[in-house]
Amino acid sequence: MILVELRKLVRRPRTWVTIGLLDALPTLVAVLLAITDLGPSPGTGPAFLSAVLSDGSLFPLAALGIVLPLFLPVAVAVVAGEAIAGEAQGGTLRYLLVRPVGRTRLLVAKLVSVVGFVVLAVLVVAITGYVTGALLLGDQPVATSVTTSVSGSGLSQEEVWQRTGLAMGYVMLSMLGVASVALFFSTLTDTPLSAALGAMALLIASTLLLTLDAADVLAPYLPTRYWLAFVDLFRDPILWRDVIRGALQQGAYVLVFLGAAWANFTTKDITS
Amino acid sequence: MIVTSALTKRYGQVLAVDQVDLDVRAGDIYGFLGANGSGKTTTVRMLLGLVLATSGEVELLGRPMPRAAAEVLAHVGALVEGPAAYGHLSGRVNLSLLDAAGRGGALRTRKRRISAVLEQVGLDSVGRRPVRAYSLGMRQRLGLAAALLRTPRLLVLDEPTNGLDPQGIREMRELMIELHKRGSTIFLSSHLLAEVEQLCTRVGVLDRGRLVLQDQLADLRAPTGRTVVGTPDLAAAQALLDGRSQLQGDRLLVRGADAAALNAELVAAGVRVAELGPERRTLEEVVLAATDAAGTPGVDAAADRQRARRR
Repeated sequence: MILVELRKLVRRPRTWVTIGLLDALPTLVAVLLAITDLGPSPGTGPAFLSAVLSDGSLFPLAALGIVLPLFLPVAVAVVAGEAIAGEAQGGTLRYLLVRPVGRTRLLVAKLVSVVGFVVLAVLVVAITGYVTGALLLGDQPVATSVTTSVSGSGLSQEEVWQRTGLAMGYVMLSMLGVASVALFFSTLTDTPLSAALGAMALLIASTLLLTLDAADVLAPYLPTRYWLAFVDLFRDPILWRDVIRGALQQGAYVLVFLGAAWANFTTKDITS
Repeated sequence: MIVTSALTKRYGQVLAVDQVDLDVRAGDIYGFLGANGSGKTTTVRMLLGLVLATSGEVELLGRPMPRAAAEVLAHVGALVEGPAAYGHLSGRVNLSLLDAAGRGGALRTRKRRISAVLEQVGLDSVGRRPVRAYSLGMRQRLGLAAALLRTPRLLVLDEPTNGLDPQGIREMRELMIELHKRGSTIFLSSHLLAEVEQLCTRVGVLDRGRLVLQDQLADLRAPTGRTVVGTPDLAAAQALLDGRSQLQGDRLLVRGADAAALNAELVAAGVRVAELGPERRTLEEVVLAATDAAGTPGVDAAADRQRARRR
Protein backbone atom coordinates (compact mmCIF):
# COMPACT_ATOMS: atom_id res chain seq x y z
CA MET A 1 0.00 0.00 0.00
CA ILE A 2 2.85 2.37 0.86
CA LEU A 3 4.46 1.72 -2.51
CA VAL A 4 1.12 2.28 -4.21
CA GLU A 5 0.75 5.66 -2.51
CA LEU A 6 4.28 6.67 -3.49
CA ARG A 7 3.59 5.61 -7.06
CA LYS A 8 0.45 7.72 -7.05
CA LEU A 9 2.45 10.65 -5.68
CA VAL A 10 5.09 10.61 -8.40
CA ARG A 11 2.61 9.83 -11.20
CA ARG A 12 0.58 12.84 -10.30
CA PRO A 13 1.31 15.86 -12.48
CA ARG A 14 0.29 18.14 -9.64
CA THR A 15 3.12 16.96 -7.42
CA TRP A 16 5.66 18.20 -9.93
CA VAL A 17 3.84 21.43 -10.70
CA THR A 18 3.77 22.24 -6.97
CA ILE A 19 7.46 21.50 -6.58
CA GLY A 20 8.20 23.51 -9.70
CA LEU A 21 6.35 26.52 -8.34
CA LEU A 22 8.04 26.05 -5.00
CA ASP A 23 11.34 26.24 -6.81
CA ALA A 24 10.52 29.24 -8.90
CA LEU A 25 10.70 31.82 -6.11
CA PRO A 26 14.24 31.13 -4.86
CA THR A 27 15.45 30.84 -8.45
CA LEU A 28 13.92 34.20 -9.23
CA VAL A 29 15.60 35.65 -6.16
CA ALA A 30 18.95 34.22 -7.28
CA VAL A 31 18.58 35.68 -10.75
CA LEU A 32 17.63 39.10 -9.37
CA LEU A 33 20.54 39.09 -6.95
CA ALA A 34 22.96 38.07 -9.66
CA ILE A 35 21.78 40.78 -12.01
CA THR A 36 21.49 43.65 -9.55
CA ASP A 37 24.14 42.62 -7.03
CA LEU A 38 21.93 44.22 -4.38
CA GLY A 39 21.80 41.91 -1.37
CA PRO A 40 19.83 42.80 1.72
CA SER A 41 22.06 44.21 4.43
CA PRO A 42 23.17 41.63 7.02
CA GLY A 43 20.50 40.89 9.61
CA THR A 44 17.56 41.83 7.42
CA GLY A 45 15.59 39.86 4.85
CA PRO A 46 15.39 36.07 4.71
CA ALA A 47 18.10 34.10 6.46
CA PHE A 48 21.48 33.82 4.72
CA LEU A 49 20.45 36.01 1.86
CA SER A 50 22.92 38.75 2.71
CA ALA A 51 25.75 36.23 2.62
CA VAL A 52 25.03 34.54 -0.67
CA LEU A 53 26.37 37.33 -2.84
CA SER A 54 29.87 36.51 -1.76
CA ASP A 55 29.33 32.80 -1.16
CA GLY A 56 27.00 30.92 -3.53
CA SER A 57 27.40 27.67 -1.64
CA LEU A 58 25.11 29.08 1.04
CA PHE A 59 22.31 29.56 -1.46
CA PRO A 60 20.61 26.17 -0.82
CA LEU A 61 20.07 27.40 2.74
CA ALA A 62 18.91 30.79 1.59
CA ALA A 63 16.48 29.06 -0.77
CA LEU A 64 15.07 26.99 2.10
CA GLY A 65 14.84 30.16 4.17
CA ILE A 66 12.84 31.78 1.39
CA VAL A 67 10.28 28.99 0.96
CA LEU A 68 10.05 27.98 4.62
CA PRO A 69 7.79 30.70 6.04
CA LEU A 70 4.98 30.36 3.50
CA PHE A 71 5.49 28.44 0.27
CA LEU A 72 6.64 25.14 1.68
CA PRO A 73 4.01 24.89 4.44
CA VAL A 74 1.27 25.83 1.98
CA ALA A 75 2.39 23.11 -0.42
CA VAL A 76 2.59 20.57 2.40
CA ALA A 77 -0.83 21.59 3.72
CA VAL A 78 -2.32 21.16 0.25
CA VAL A 79 -0.77 17.74 -0.32
CA ALA A 80 -1.55 16.43 3.17
CA GLY A 81 -5.03 17.97 3.17
CA GLU A 82 -5.70 16.12 -0.04
CA ALA A 83 -4.58 12.77 1.38
CA ILE A 84 -7.87 11.34 2.67
CA ALA A 85 -10.33 14.06 1.70
CA GLY A 86 -9.15 13.92 -1.91
CA GLU A 87 -9.88 10.20 -2.10
CA ALA A 88 -13.23 10.83 -0.43
CA GLN A 89 -14.14 13.57 -2.90
CA GLY A 90 -13.13 11.45 -5.88
CA GLY A 91 -15.08 8.47 -4.51
CA THR A 92 -11.99 6.27 -4.59
CA LEU A 93 -11.82 6.07 -0.79
CA ARG A 94 -14.69 3.59 -0.57
CA TYR A 95 -13.14 1.39 -3.24
CA LEU A 96 -9.78 1.40 -1.47
CA LEU A 97 -11.44 0.42 1.80
CA VAL A 98 -13.45 -2.43 0.30
CA ARG A 99 -10.43 -3.60 -1.70
CA PRO A 100 -9.79 -4.14 1.35
CA VAL A 101 -7.14 -1.80 2.70
CA GLY A 102 -7.21 -1.43 6.49
CA ARG A 103 -7.96 2.10 7.60
CA THR A 104 -4.85 2.33 9.76
CA ARG A 105 -2.72 1.06 6.92
CA LEU A 106 -4.20 3.57 4.53
CA LEU A 107 -3.52 6.40 6.97
CA VAL A 108 0.08 5.29 7.47
CA ALA A 109 0.58 4.98 3.71
CA LYS A 110 -0.80 8.47 3.21
CA LEU A 111 1.51 9.81 5.90
CA VAL A 112 4.51 8.17 4.28
CA SER A 113 3.55 9.61 0.93
CA VAL A 114 3.23 13.09 2.46
CA VAL A 115 6.66 12.67 4.07
CA GLY A 116 7.90 11.56 0.66
CA PHE A 117 6.58 14.77 -0.79
CA VAL A 118 8.26 16.87 1.92
CA VAL A 119 11.60 15.14 1.38
CA LEU A 120 11.30 15.48 -2.36
CA ALA A 121 10.35 19.16 -2.17
CA VAL A 122 13.16 20.06 0.24
CA LEU A 123 15.73 18.12 -1.81
CA VAL A 124 14.66 19.72 -5.07
CA VAL A 125 14.72 23.21 -3.54
CA ALA A 126 18.17 22.59 -2.03
CA ILE A 127 19.62 21.10 -5.21
CA THR A 128 18.28 23.86 -7.44
CA GLY A 129 19.54 26.28 -4.84
CA TYR A 130 22.98 24.73 -5.08
CA VAL A 131 23.01 24.80 -8.86
CA THR A 132 21.75 28.36 -9.20
CA GLY A 133 24.06 29.45 -6.39
CA ALA A 134 27.08 27.95 -8.09
CA LEU A 135 26.16 29.29 -11.50
CA LEU A 136 24.91 32.76 -10.70
CA LEU A 137 26.26 33.89 -7.38
CA GLY A 138 29.60 34.67 -5.83
CA ASP A 139 32.25 31.98 -5.51
CA GLN A 140 34.89 32.46 -2.91
CA PRO A 141 38.48 31.79 -3.94
CA VAL A 142 39.19 28.10 -3.66
CA ALA A 143 42.44 28.74 -1.78
CA THR A 144 40.80 29.96 1.43
CA SER A 145 37.69 27.80 0.98
CA VAL A 146 36.29 29.06 4.21
CA THR A 147 32.70 30.05 4.68
CA THR A 148 31.87 32.42 7.42
CA SER A 149 29.43 31.14 10.00
CA VAL A 150 26.66 33.31 11.32
CA SER A 151 28.76 33.92 14.41
CA GLY A 152 31.64 35.25 12.34
CA SER A 153 34.18 32.43 12.63
CA GLY A 154 35.12 30.21 9.70
CA LEU A 155 33.52 26.96 8.67
CA SER A 156 35.28 24.48 6.45
CA GLN A 157 33.59 23.25 3.30
CA GLU A 158 32.98 19.89 4.92
CA GLU A 159 31.30 21.52 7.89
CA VAL A 160 29.07 23.53 5.60
CA TRP A 161 27.96 20.34 3.86
CA GLN A 162 27.25 18.57 7.12
CA ARG A 163 25.33 21.46 8.52
CA THR A 164 23.39 21.96 5.32
CA GLY A 165 22.32 18.33 5.58
CA LEU A 166 21.29 18.84 9.19
CA ALA A 167 19.37 21.96 8.27
CA MET A 168 17.51 20.13 5.52
CA GLY A 169 16.58 17.40 7.97
CA TYR A 170 15.35 20.01 10.42
CA VAL A 171 13.25 21.76 7.78
CA MET A 172 11.69 18.41 6.81
CA LEU A 173 10.90 17.73 10.45
CA SER A 174 9.35 21.18 10.83
CA MET A 175 6.99 20.37 7.99
CA LEU A 176 5.78 17.16 9.63
CA GLY A 177 3.79 19.14 12.17
CA VAL A 178 1.89 20.91 9.39
CA ALA A 179 1.49 17.62 7.59
CA SER A 180 -0.11 15.87 10.55
CA VAL A 181 -2.46 18.77 11.25
CA ALA A 182 -3.56 18.80 7.60
CA LEU A 183 -3.89 15.02 7.61
CA PHE A 184 -6.12 15.21 10.67
CA PHE A 185 -8.34 17.82 9.02
CA SER A 186 -8.32 15.63 5.93
CA THR A 187 -10.01 12.84 7.87
CA LEU A 188 -12.68 15.27 9.12
CA THR A 189 -13.96 16.56 5.82
CA ASP A 190 -14.65 15.34 2.31
CA THR A 191 -13.28 18.47 0.67
CA PRO A 192 -9.49 18.67 0.36
CA LEU A 193 -9.67 22.44 0.12
CA SER A 194 -11.17 22.83 3.60
CA ALA A 195 -8.55 20.54 5.07
CA ALA A 196 -5.70 22.49 3.49
CA LEU A 197 -7.22 25.85 4.45
CA GLY A 198 -7.78 24.66 8.00
CA ALA A 199 -4.12 23.74 8.38
CA MET A 200 -3.05 27.03 6.81
CA ALA A 201 -5.33 29.01 9.10
CA LEU A 202 -3.53 27.43 12.05
CA LEU A 203 -0.15 28.44 10.62
CA ILE A 204 -1.23 31.99 9.90
CA ALA A 205 -2.67 32.32 13.39
CA SER A 206 0.56 30.97 14.80
CA THR A 207 2.69 33.42 12.79
CA LEU A 208 0.48 36.28 13.84
CA LEU A 209 0.52 35.39 17.52
CA LEU A 210 4.32 35.18 17.46
CA THR A 211 4.54 38.88 16.66
CA LEU A 212 2.34 39.71 19.64
CA ASP A 213 4.05 40.30 22.97
CA ALA A 214 0.80 39.56 24.79
CA ALA A 215 0.86 36.03 23.37
CA ASP A 216 4.32 35.28 24.78
CA VAL A 217 3.01 32.55 27.05
CA LEU A 218 1.73 30.68 24.02
CA ALA A 219 4.89 31.10 21.97
CA PRO A 220 6.62 27.83 22.89
CA TYR A 221 3.56 25.88 21.76
CA LEU A 222 3.01 27.62 18.43
CA PRO A 223 3.96 25.38 15.51
CA THR A 224 5.93 28.02 13.62
CA ARG A 225 7.90 29.20 16.66
CA TYR A 226 11.08 27.20 16.00
CA TRP A 227 11.00 26.88 12.24
CA LEU A 228 13.80 29.31 11.58
CA ALA A 229 15.97 27.70 14.25
CA PHE A 230 17.83 25.94 11.45
CA VAL A 231 19.86 29.13 11.22
CA ASP A 232 21.30 28.22 14.64
CA LEU A 233 22.95 25.20 13.04
CA PHE A 234 25.32 27.65 11.38
CA ARG A 235 26.47 29.31 14.54
CA ASP A 236 29.83 28.37 15.90
CA PRO A 237 29.43 26.35 18.03
CA ILE A 238 26.00 25.13 17.02
CA LEU A 239 23.27 26.59 19.22
CA TRP A 240 21.25 23.45 19.85
CA ARG A 241 18.64 24.81 22.27
CA ASP A 242 15.96 25.97 19.83
CA VAL A 243 16.69 23.20 17.35
CA ILE A 244 16.05 20.57 19.99
CA ARG A 245 12.99 22.32 21.32
CA GLY A 246 11.68 22.65 17.79
CA ALA A 247 12.24 18.96 17.10
CA LEU A 248 10.47 17.94 20.31
CA GLN A 249 7.62 20.31 19.62
CA GLN A 250 7.11 19.00 16.10
CA GLY A 251 7.24 15.48 17.49
CA ALA A 252 4.46 16.39 19.91
CA TYR A 253 2.35 17.88 17.13
CA VAL A 254 2.84 14.77 15.02
CA LEU A 255 1.90 12.49 17.90
CA VAL A 256 -1.21 14.41 18.94
CA PHE A 257 -2.65 15.11 15.51
CA LEU A 258 -1.82 11.73 14.02
CA GLY A 259 -3.44 10.13 17.04
CA ALA A 260 -6.51 12.26 16.51
CA ALA A 261 -6.53 11.48 12.79
CA TRP A 262 -6.29 7.77 13.52
CA ALA A 263 -8.99 7.86 16.19
CA ASN A 264 -11.32 9.74 13.89
CA PHE A 265 -10.65 7.86 10.68
CA THR A 266 -10.88 4.34 12.08
CA THR A 267 -14.28 4.96 13.67
CA LYS A 268 -15.78 7.10 10.95
CA ASP A 269 -18.75 6.26 8.71
CA ILE A 270 -17.52 6.51 5.13
CA THR A 271 -20.42 8.10 3.30
CA SER A 272 -18.49 9.66 0.43
CA MET B 1 -23.35 -15.46 1.96
CA ILE B 2 -24.90 -12.42 3.64
CA VAL B 3 -26.76 -12.70 6.90
CA THR B 4 -27.70 -9.71 9.00
CA SER B 5 -29.60 -9.75 12.23
CA ALA B 6 -31.45 -6.74 13.57
CA LEU B 7 -29.10 -4.49 11.64
CA THR B 8 -29.80 -0.90 12.64
CA LYS B 9 -28.27 2.45 11.78
CA ARG B 10 -29.31 5.64 13.46
CA TYR B 11 -28.13 9.10 12.34
CA GLY B 12 -29.03 11.35 15.23
CA GLN B 13 -32.81 11.27 15.40
CA VAL B 14 -33.22 9.56 12.05
CA LEU B 15 -33.50 5.81 11.89
CA ALA B 16 -31.98 5.08 8.48
CA VAL B 17 -31.99 1.30 8.75
CA ASP B 18 -34.26 -0.40 11.24
CA GLN B 19 -33.86 -4.01 12.41
CA VAL B 20 -33.06 -5.49 9.03
CA ASP B 21 -32.63 -9.27 8.78
CA LEU B 22 -31.18 -10.05 5.37
CA ASP B 23 -30.59 -13.60 4.26
CA VAL B 24 -28.75 -14.01 0.98
CA ARG B 25 -27.85 -17.58 0.12
CA ALA B 26 -25.03 -18.93 -1.99
CA GLY B 27 -26.03 -18.99 -5.65
CA ASP B 28 -28.67 -16.30 -5.32
CA ILE B 29 -29.09 -13.32 -7.52
CA TYR B 30 -30.61 -11.27 -4.77
CA GLY B 31 -32.57 -8.17 -5.72
CA PHE B 32 -32.52 -5.56 -2.98
CA LEU B 33 -35.33 -3.15 -3.78
CA GLY B 34 -36.23 0.15 -2.27
CA ALA B 35 -36.98 3.74 -3.17
CA ASN B 36 -34.22 6.31 -3.15
CA GLY B 37 -33.70 7.21 0.49
CA SER B 38 -35.14 3.97 1.86
CA GLY B 39 -31.79 3.01 3.41
CA LYS B 40 -30.49 0.72 0.66
CA THR B 41 -27.13 2.37 0.26
CA THR B 42 -26.62 2.68 4.00
CA THR B 43 -27.32 -1.04 4.31
CA VAL B 44 -24.90 -1.87 1.49
CA ARG B 45 -22.25 0.29 3.13
CA MET B 46 -22.77 -1.50 6.42
CA LEU B 47 -22.39 -4.86 4.71
CA LEU B 48 -19.02 -3.72 3.38
CA GLY B 49 -17.85 -2.18 6.65
CA LEU B 50 -17.82 1.38 5.31
CA VAL B 51 -20.56 2.54 7.64
CA LEU B 52 -20.52 1.13 11.15
CA ALA B 53 -23.82 -0.24 12.44
CA THR B 54 -25.46 1.33 15.48
CA SER B 55 -26.57 -2.16 16.54
CA GLY B 56 -27.08 -5.57 15.02
CA GLU B 57 -24.76 -8.01 13.31
CA VAL B 58 -23.50 -8.52 9.78
CA GLU B 59 -22.08 -11.80 8.58
CA LEU B 60 -20.38 -11.93 5.20
CA LEU B 61 -19.27 -15.30 3.80
CA GLY B 62 -19.85 -16.71 7.27
CA ARG B 63 -17.52 -14.26 9.04
CA PRO B 64 -18.47 -11.29 11.20
CA MET B 65 -18.11 -7.83 9.67
CA PRO B 66 -16.42 -5.44 10.02
CA ARG B 67 -14.09 -7.47 12.27
CA ALA B 68 -13.06 -9.93 9.56
CA ALA B 69 -13.04 -7.31 6.79
CA ALA B 70 -9.42 -7.89 5.79
CA GLU B 71 -10.08 -11.54 5.14
CA VAL B 72 -13.65 -11.47 3.82
CA LEU B 73 -13.58 -8.46 1.52
CA ALA B 74 -10.77 -10.03 -0.51
CA HIS B 75 -13.45 -12.41 -1.84
CA VAL B 76 -16.04 -9.70 -2.43
CA GLY B 77 -16.30 -7.44 -5.44
CA ALA B 78 -18.29 -4.26 -4.98
CA LEU B 79 -19.72 -1.38 -6.92
CA VAL B 80 -21.03 1.19 -4.47
CA GLU B 81 -22.95 4.25 -5.64
CA GLY B 82 -21.28 4.71 -8.97
CA PRO B 83 -17.74 4.03 -10.12
CA ALA B 84 -14.69 6.05 -9.13
CA ALA B 85 -11.18 6.14 -10.51
CA TYR B 86 -8.21 8.50 -10.81
CA GLY B 87 -9.00 10.65 -13.83
CA HIS B 88 -5.44 11.36 -14.91
CA LEU B 89 -4.54 7.67 -15.18
CA SER B 90 -5.66 5.06 -17.69
CA GLY B 91 -8.15 2.35 -16.78
CA ARG B 92 -5.39 -0.25 -16.80
CA VAL B 93 -3.17 1.71 -14.41
CA ASN B 94 -6.16 2.36 -12.16
CA LEU B 95 -6.88 -1.36 -11.93
CA SER B 96 -3.23 -2.12 -11.34
CA LEU B 97 -2.95 0.41 -8.49
CA LEU B 98 -6.13 -0.85 -6.86
CA ASP B 99 -5.02 -4.46 -7.17
CA ALA B 100 -1.64 -3.65 -5.64
CA ALA B 101 -3.23 -1.71 -2.79
CA GLY B 102 -4.43 -4.75 -0.85
CA ARG B 103 -3.70 -8.39 -0.28
CA GLY B 104 -4.74 -11.27 -2.51
CA GLY B 105 -3.80 -9.72 -5.85
CA ALA B 106 -0.71 -11.61 -6.96
CA LEU B 107 1.76 -9.52 -8.97
CA ARG B 108 2.53 -12.56 -11.12
CA THR B 109 -0.99 -12.78 -12.50
CA ARG B 110 -1.92 -9.09 -12.36
CA LYS B 111 -1.35 -8.22 -16.00
CA ARG B 112 -3.21 -11.28 -17.20
CA ARG B 113 -6.13 -10.72 -14.81
CA ILE B 114 -6.45 -7.07 -15.80
CA SER B 115 -6.49 -7.90 -19.50
CA ALA B 116 -9.06 -10.61 -18.87
CA VAL B 117 -11.51 -8.40 -16.96
CA LEU B 118 -11.10 -5.51 -19.36
CA GLU B 119 -12.02 -7.85 -22.18
CA GLN B 120 -14.92 -9.21 -20.15
CA VAL B 121 -16.46 -5.76 -19.68
CA GLY B 122 -15.61 -4.67 -23.21
CA LEU B 123 -12.96 -2.09 -22.39
CA ASP B 124 -9.97 -3.88 -23.89
CA SER B 125 -9.75 -1.58 -26.89
CA VAL B 126 -9.67 1.68 -24.94
CA GLY B 127 -5.89 1.62 -24.62
CA ARG B 128 -4.03 4.30 -22.72
CA ARG B 129 -6.73 6.95 -22.68
CA PRO B 130 -7.05 8.55 -19.22
CA VAL B 131 -10.25 7.77 -17.33
CA ARG B 132 -11.06 11.49 -17.46
CA ALA B 133 -11.91 10.97 -21.13
CA TYR B 134 -14.23 8.00 -20.48
CA SER B 135 -17.98 8.19 -20.90
CA LEU B 136 -20.17 7.38 -17.91
CA GLY B 137 -20.90 3.94 -19.35
CA MET B 138 -17.20 3.23 -19.72
CA ARG B 139 -16.53 4.31 -16.15
CA GLN B 140 -19.28 2.02 -14.97
CA ARG B 141 -17.68 -0.87 -16.82
CA LEU B 142 -14.30 -0.01 -15.37
CA GLY B 143 -15.87 -0.07 -11.91
CA LEU B 144 -17.28 -3.50 -12.65
CA ALA B 145 -13.91 -4.64 -13.99
CA ALA B 146 -12.35 -3.57 -10.69
CA ALA B 147 -14.97 -5.58 -8.81
CA LEU B 148 -14.25 -8.68 -10.91
CA LEU B 149 -10.47 -8.49 -10.75
CA ARG B 150 -10.00 -11.30 -8.24
CA THR B 151 -12.97 -13.50 -9.31
CA PRO B 152 -15.04 -12.74 -6.22
CA ARG B 153 -17.36 -15.26 -4.63
CA LEU B 154 -19.81 -12.49 -3.83
CA LEU B 155 -20.59 -9.43 -5.92
CA VAL B 156 -22.29 -6.49 -4.24
CA LEU B 157 -23.64 -4.14 -6.87
CA ASP B 158 -25.38 -0.94 -5.85
CA GLU B 159 -27.39 0.55 -8.74
CA PRO B 160 -25.04 -0.87 -11.39
CA THR B 161 -27.12 0.36 -14.32
CA ASN B 162 -27.42 3.96 -13.15
CA GLY B 163 -26.53 6.29 -15.99
CA LEU B 164 -26.24 3.56 -18.60
CA ASP B 165 -28.05 3.68 -21.93
CA PRO B 166 -30.42 0.82 -22.89
CA GLN B 167 -27.64 -0.97 -24.73
CA GLY B 168 -25.34 -0.66 -21.70
CA ILE B 169 -28.09 -1.90 -19.38
CA ARG B 170 -28.59 -4.94 -21.57
CA GLU B 171 -24.86 -5.69 -21.61
CA MET B 172 -24.64 -5.25 -17.86
CA ARG B 173 -27.52 -7.69 -17.41
CA GLU B 174 -25.91 -10.28 -19.68
CA LEU B 175 -22.64 -9.90 -17.82
CA MET B 176 -24.36 -10.47 -14.48
CA ILE B 177 -26.07 -13.59 -15.78
CA GLU B 178 -22.75 -14.91 -17.04
CA LEU B 179 -21.00 -14.20 -13.74
CA HIS B 180 -23.78 -15.94 -11.90
CA LYS B 181 -23.38 -18.97 -14.16
CA ARG B 182 -19.71 -19.07 -13.27
CA GLY B 183 -20.62 -19.38 -9.63
CA SER B 184 -20.68 -15.87 -8.15
CA THR B 185 -23.48 -14.93 -5.80
CA ILE B 186 -24.83 -11.52 -6.72
CA PHE B 187 -26.40 -8.97 -4.41
CA LEU B 188 -28.05 -6.37 -6.60
CA SER B 189 -29.38 -3.22 -5.00
CA SER B 190 -31.73 -1.30 -7.25
CA HIS B 191 -34.81 0.88 -7.38
CA LEU B 192 -35.78 -0.50 -10.79
CA LEU B 193 -38.40 -3.21 -10.41
CA ALA B 194 -38.09 -4.39 -14.00
CA GLU B 195 -34.36 -4.92 -13.64
CA VAL B 196 -34.84 -7.04 -10.54
CA GLU B 197 -37.78 -8.93 -11.99
CA GLN B 198 -35.80 -9.95 -15.06
CA LEU B 199 -32.67 -10.97 -13.27
CA CYS B 200 -33.15 -12.01 -9.70
CA THR B 201 -34.01 -15.28 -8.01
CA ARG B 202 -34.66 -13.77 -4.63
CA VAL B 203 -35.99 -10.41 -3.56
CA GLY B 204 -35.86 -8.22 -0.48
CA VAL B 205 -37.80 -4.98 -0.25
CA LEU B 206 -36.72 -2.13 1.97
CA ASP B 207 -39.23 0.54 2.85
CA ARG B 208 -38.15 3.48 4.99
CA GLY B 209 -35.43 1.47 6.64
CA ARG B 210 -37.45 -1.70 7.29
CA LEU B 211 -37.29 -4.94 5.37
CA VAL B 212 -40.96 -5.45 4.54
CA LEU B 213 -40.56 -8.45 2.25
CA GLN B 214 -37.99 -11.16 1.56
CA ASP B 215 -38.74 -14.23 -0.53
CA GLN B 216 -37.98 -16.24 -3.65
CA LEU B 217 -39.15 -14.36 -6.71
CA ALA B 218 -40.76 -17.53 -8.06
CA ASP B 219 -42.89 -17.84 -4.91
CA LEU B 220 -43.89 -14.20 -4.96
CA ARG B 221 -44.93 -14.53 -8.55
CA ALA B 222 -46.57 -17.94 -8.17
CA PRO B 223 -49.91 -18.43 -9.99
CA THR B 224 -52.76 -16.95 -8.01
CA GLY B 225 -55.17 -19.82 -8.83
CA ARG B 226 -57.03 -17.80 -11.42
CA THR B 227 -56.80 -17.90 -15.19
CA VAL B 228 -56.73 -14.91 -17.51
CA VAL B 229 -58.80 -15.20 -20.68
CA GLY B 230 -58.72 -12.85 -23.64
CA THR B 231 -61.53 -13.35 -26.14
CA PRO B 232 -63.37 -11.36 -28.80
CA ASP B 233 -66.62 -13.03 -27.63
CA LEU B 234 -66.64 -11.43 -24.22
CA ALA B 235 -70.41 -11.56 -23.62
CA ALA B 236 -70.72 -15.20 -24.65
CA ALA B 237 -67.81 -16.18 -22.42
CA GLN B 238 -69.26 -14.33 -19.45
CA ALA B 239 -72.62 -16.04 -19.96
CA LEU B 240 -70.96 -19.45 -20.14
CA LEU B 241 -68.77 -18.93 -17.07
CA ASP B 242 -71.61 -17.39 -15.12
CA GLY B 243 -70.43 -16.42 -11.66
CA ARG B 244 -66.95 -17.85 -12.06
CA SER B 245 -65.52 -14.91 -13.97
CA GLN B 246 -64.80 -11.29 -13.35
CA LEU B 247 -64.14 -8.63 -15.95
CA GLN B 248 -60.83 -6.81 -15.73
CA GLY B 249 -60.18 -4.34 -18.52
CA ASP B 250 -60.87 -6.20 -21.74
CA ARG B 251 -60.04 -9.60 -20.26
CA LEU B 252 -61.72 -12.06 -17.97
CA LEU B 253 -60.33 -13.41 -14.73
CA VAL B 254 -61.65 -16.90 -14.18
CA ARG B 255 -61.50 -18.83 -10.92
CA GLY B 256 -59.62 -22.12 -11.26
CA ALA B 257 -56.03 -22.78 -12.16
CA ASP B 258 -56.59 -25.43 -14.86
CA ALA B 259 -56.16 -23.40 -18.03
CA ALA B 260 -56.33 -26.45 -20.32
CA ALA B 261 -59.73 -27.55 -19.03
CA LEU B 262 -61.05 -24.01 -19.25
CA ASN B 263 -59.84 -23.73 -22.83
CA ALA B 264 -61.59 -26.96 -23.80
CA GLU B 265 -64.80 -25.77 -22.16
CA LEU B 266 -64.75 -22.42 -23.94
CA VAL B 267 -63.93 -23.83 -27.35
CA ALA B 268 -66.56 -26.57 -27.03
CA ALA B 269 -69.13 -23.84 -26.42
CA GLY B 270 -67.99 -22.00 -29.54
CA VAL B 271 -66.22 -19.16 -27.68
CA ARG B 272 -63.09 -18.07 -29.54
CA VAL B 273 -60.00 -17.78 -27.34
CA ALA B 274 -57.32 -15.22 -28.22
CA GLU B 275 -55.27 -15.44 -25.06
CA LEU B 276 -55.24 -17.75 -22.10
CA GLY B 277 -52.93 -18.36 -19.16
CA PRO B 278 -52.54 -18.54 -15.39
CA GLU B 279 -52.73 -15.23 -13.58
CA ARG B 280 -49.51 -14.13 -11.92
CA ARG B 281 -48.93 -11.05 -9.85
CA THR B 282 -46.27 -8.75 -11.19
CA LEU B 283 -43.40 -7.88 -8.89
CA GLU B 284 -44.74 -4.36 -8.84
CA GLU B 285 -48.04 -5.51 -7.37
CA VAL B 286 -46.23 -7.62 -4.80
CA VAL B 287 -43.96 -4.77 -3.80
CA LEU B 288 -46.75 -2.23 -3.68
CA ALA B 289 -48.83 -4.54 -1.55
CA ALA B 290 -45.94 -5.02 0.86
CA THR B 291 -45.07 -1.34 1.11
CA ASP B 292 -48.74 -0.32 1.27
CA ALA B 293 -49.23 -2.64 4.18
CA ALA B 294 -46.31 -0.93 5.85
CA GLY B 295 -47.61 2.57 5.10
CA THR B 296 -47.44 4.74 2.02
CA PRO B 297 -46.12 3.22 -1.21
CA GLY B 298 -42.38 3.46 -1.22
CA VAL B 299 -41.00 2.13 -4.47
CA ASP B 300 -40.80 4.59 -7.28
CA ALA B 301 -42.31 2.55 -10.02
CA ALA B 302 -43.33 5.01 -12.70
CA ALA B 303 -41.01 3.60 -15.34
CA ASP B 304 -41.70 0.05 -14.33
CA ARG B 305 -45.45 0.48 -14.34
CA GLN B 306 -45.32 1.40 -17.99
CA ARG B 307 -43.26 -1.62 -18.88
CA ALA B 308 -45.54 -3.89 -16.89
CA ARG B 309 -48.52 -2.57 -18.79
CA ARG B 310 -46.83 -3.23 -22.09
CA ARG B 311 -46.17 -6.78 -21.05
